[in-house]
Amino acid sequence: MDDLISEFLAETNEALAELDTALVDLERASEDAEILARIFRMVHSVKGTCGFLGLSRLEAVAHAAESLLGLYRDGDIAVSPSGVTAVLAAIDTIRMIMAGIAETGVEPVGDDSALVAQLNAASEEQPAAEAEPVAAIVAPVAAAKPVEKPAEEKAAAQHGDSSMPVQAIRVSLPVLDELMTLASELVLVRNQLLQVARGQTDTPFAAPLQRLSRITSDLQEGVMKTRMQPVSAAWAKLPRLVRDLGTELGKRIDLVQSGGDTELDRQVLELIKDPLTHMVRNSADHGLETPDIRRAAGKVAHGTISLSARQEGGRIVIELADDGRGLNIARIRSRAIERGLATEAAVAAMDDAEAARFIFRPGFSTAAAVTAVSGRGVGMDVVRSNIERIGGTVDLQTVEGQGTTLIIRIPLTLAIISGLVVQAANERFAVPQAAVVELVRVGSGGASVEWLDDAPVMRLRGQLLPLVQLGALLGLAAPHESGSAAQGFVAVLQGDTARFGLFVDGVFDTEEIVVKPVAPILRDLQAFSGNTILGDGGVIMILDPAGLARMAGLGSARKETAAAVTGTVEETGSQLLLFRAGGQATPIAVPLGLIARLEALRSDSIETAGNRPAVQYRGQLMPLLPLGPWTQPPAGSTQHLLVFQDGNRSLGLMVDEILDVIEERLVLRPSTDRAGFLGAAVIAGRAADVLDCSYWLRLGDPHWFGKTEQAAPRVLVVEDSGFFRQLVVPALTSAGYEVAACGEPSEALKLRAGGAMFDAILSDIEMPGMDGFGFIAELRREGIWQKTPVVALTSRISPADKARGLALGFTDYVGKFDSERVLGALARVISTVKEAA
Amino acid sequence: MSAPATLATLPAKPARGDAGKPQREAADEPRLVLTLLVAGRLCGIPVPRVRDVLRGEQIARVPLAPPGVAGVLNLRGRIVTAVDLRNRLGLPEAEPGAPRMSVVVEHENELYSLLADGVREVLTLTGEEREDAPATLSDAWREHASAVHRLQEGLLIELDTDRLLAFGARATADSRR
Repeated sequence: MDDLISEFLAETNEALAELDTALVDLERASEDAEILARIFRMVHSVKGTCGFLGLSRLEAVAHAAESLLGLYRDGDIAVSPSGVTAVLAAIDTIRMIMAGIAETGVEPVGDDSALVAQLNAASEEQPAAEAEPVAAIVAPVAAAKPVEKPAEEKAAAQHGDSSMPVQAIRVSLPVLDELMTLASELVLVRNQLLQVARGQTDTPFAAPLQRLSRITSDLQEGVMKTRMQPVSAAWAKLPRLVRDLGTELGKRIDLVQSGGDTELDRQVLELIKDPLTHMVRNSADHGLETPDIRRAAGKVAHGTISLSARQEGGRIVIELADDGRGLNIARIRSRAIERGLATEAAVAAMDDAEAARFIFRPGFSTAAAVTAVSGRGVGMDVVRSNIERIGGTVDLQTVEGQGTTLIIRIPLTLAIISGLVVQAANERFAVPQAAVVELVRVGSGGASVEWLDDAPVMRLRGQLLPLVQLGALLGLAAPHESGSAAQGFVAVLQGDTARFGLFVDGVFDTEEIVVKPVAPILRDLQAFSGNTILGDGGVIMILDPAGLARMAGLGSARKETAAAVTGTVEETGSQLLLFRAGGQATPIAVPLGLIARLEALRSDSIETAGNRPAVQYRGQLMPLLPLGPWTQPPAGSTQHLLVFQDGNRSLGLMVDEILDVIEERLVLRPSTDRAGFLGAAVIAGRAADVLDCSYWLRLGDPHWFGKTEQAAPRVLVVEDSGFFRQLVVPALTSAGYEVAACGEPSEALKLRAGGAMFDAILSDIEMPGMDGFGFIAELRREGIWQKTPVVALTSRISPADKARGLALGFTDYVGKFDSERVLGALARVISTVKEAA
Repeated sequence: MSAPATLATLPAKPARGDAGKPQREAADEPRLVLTLLVAGRLCGIPVPRVRDVLRGEQIARVPLAPPGVAGVLNLRGRIVTAVDLRNRLGLPEAEPGAPRMSVVVEHENELYSLLADGVREVLTLTGEEREDAPATLSDAWREHASAVHRLQEGLLIELDTDRLLAFGARATADSRR
């Protein structure tokens, strides 16, 4: 049977049972408006549902009963015993029909017209004022009829009642919570028992203990399941709230939801409901501007609040983004000083992201003051403390004029997780198993740690994995000496953005741990997401991989003072490979996306072909190109290669040493003095040269870019950021495009005036002067580029921006730093145009 | 105000057990104070705040915790944060291995253990011997003392548990930078 129908049956059966009692109550106290209203609601919802499911016979009966009840409820006519009888008969009929559905899956055939007529007759009884309990007179007439027909069916209805499968029962939440607590305690006791048993071989308890253990796990899982609910349950009221707020505030607001089916523990759900509501209200009220202001700022009139949820490791990430005005950081700074939350010097030393976090501080603002000042902050400290209470975190990103995104990370469940117990500096810690990608033994025959200065790294399947020394990070032990052959284990962890290795001294078992939030005074410690009691009774802290990554400076783009100076700051970091080559000490950086693979060759596998070094690589002879002066390395040593690939053509760039892969906000200081390099940049706090790939590729294989017989498609790149131009032009060139680049739309328009034709245009959105929106509007308005496909490149895609851009005439929208997407989009739009032509 | 009956008979070194419900303190009524020793000083904590007194629990360190937080301990399945009174009061650290007593108090719905060197008897204090903490006390003491009581055997410094446990957001924030 259809799930929907069986659910409906279960639900309706439950409602009917209540109805019976309620109707009985009604007869006893006919004036009781509350009972009446309750009955009306129940019948109404039955009617609504069966209308929805196409159960027409049921609907007709429920509808007639509902009409009568509606009159009763509104006091239009007085409740009469005959009426009640008719309603009861209607309920019996409903039950009978439902029994039929439960048996056969369809409504049984039958005629209810007598019953309906009776209900209608009751509706037409005397008005309320004259209604006296003349039950004795009316009752026999009314009672006689319904009994006649459904009488024989009634037996079936009774029978159906008992056989109807009960799909769900309602259990009060405290009972569920109590069950959860008990299951948690049971897990603890089980762990304790296992701990004891571990020390004893050959005990008769072993087998039953094992069973107990398994049953405990199953029980725990089962109890957990009873508590999971889709996160949309916490969102259910938000669309209405947003609509009302919009009307109230004179704003047009779209609420976009995604990921609502992500499940999480209902306890967590309950606890985030209020903060979420508060945050949505804040966004609508203070984040979004009125249509006038938005239009004046060149935005679409209606604001968008997007709400999304996803699971990331053992956590649920909920993002609430608005495309409103963003936070006014300068005012937050001055207010923080005003309010005495920090000294002027301290505030000055903070970057914007840190300063923005003041809105989460208690005492930052009162409602009135902040509504006027920063547009945010009303009770955000309450939001934060509520979320932190359940072991979650709140972060925010804000771009003035573009909006604010609040990111909530909350644990999937407050209850039980699987944790890997590790040891560092003689202290034990638990790592959520969900975050552990793999475990690697280091030293004594295992993998080895390599050192880049005093930063340890590990090579893992051709990738460099930065290592974080747990003991040192937590201030428990001195860091291992650079270059030392450290021993221990590396737990490869997935942080929020980056993968890294947690270097620990030892690894114990995996244990089911009952997560308990840390005390408020420890909540600011980002290293921990909670604490727990182990099987042996000891308390240990649960590590938060994302927090550890942040503490170690991984993942998030580090602040560069140089960034402020040059002005070509990229908002998002891109992945860069750092290496050394040509015997130079200065590291060289290249966007990782351009490189197909990293290889380490045995030096004696390098051959010479046509006076040039080459190597047999995947069944082909791959030319090798040294970066700078190069001598064949001694036999038995290793030669590192960056392999570039295009179709089945490949080229190896020989380098001395691979250093690191870094996600970095990059500031390029362009220079043309040195062939083969685009310029210099500060990467990970040190100066590095940025490689010009196209130069080297051409040098290694003059035909690299000239491979196509037909004319290469011409692409125009309009982008104000020098760095990005330098990055994308070689990438496009190496993909076989002929590329022209402009720093701003006005230059591009000059090209148009000059009659230059392109197969496609890539345009940035955020540019000084004329922005991407203005540019596309101009292109589509007139001129020879009216039909040229234009792909918008942007570092930030909000749905509203995207919609606006597409409406203005952009052919496609892609994220800036994803070279594959950019290439894919280009190929797509060009081929579409060619087909059309 | 009358204290709960169980408290009136609370022994000098109480056995583990529920110490009663929290009660509002009224300044001029006779009040019960649990006395404890911190580096030789006699201190007092209002009995209604005390949930439990434990001895020699194993305390797990919490790295990077704000100074004054000695660690966390397992109180019958609940995790309790231990706060070192010596540190909070600006006194020298206890010698390693020295016996410590845990006085468990409730603060904003969370349990905390205050670590003292020893726990003495419960005293009834009338308002008469009460005085405000003198201004000459060191900052750490003045910050956390709510009153000084003149007793026959010496001065008793009454501690304000709320203030002892009010770790500034600043202190914790700084410690992680």
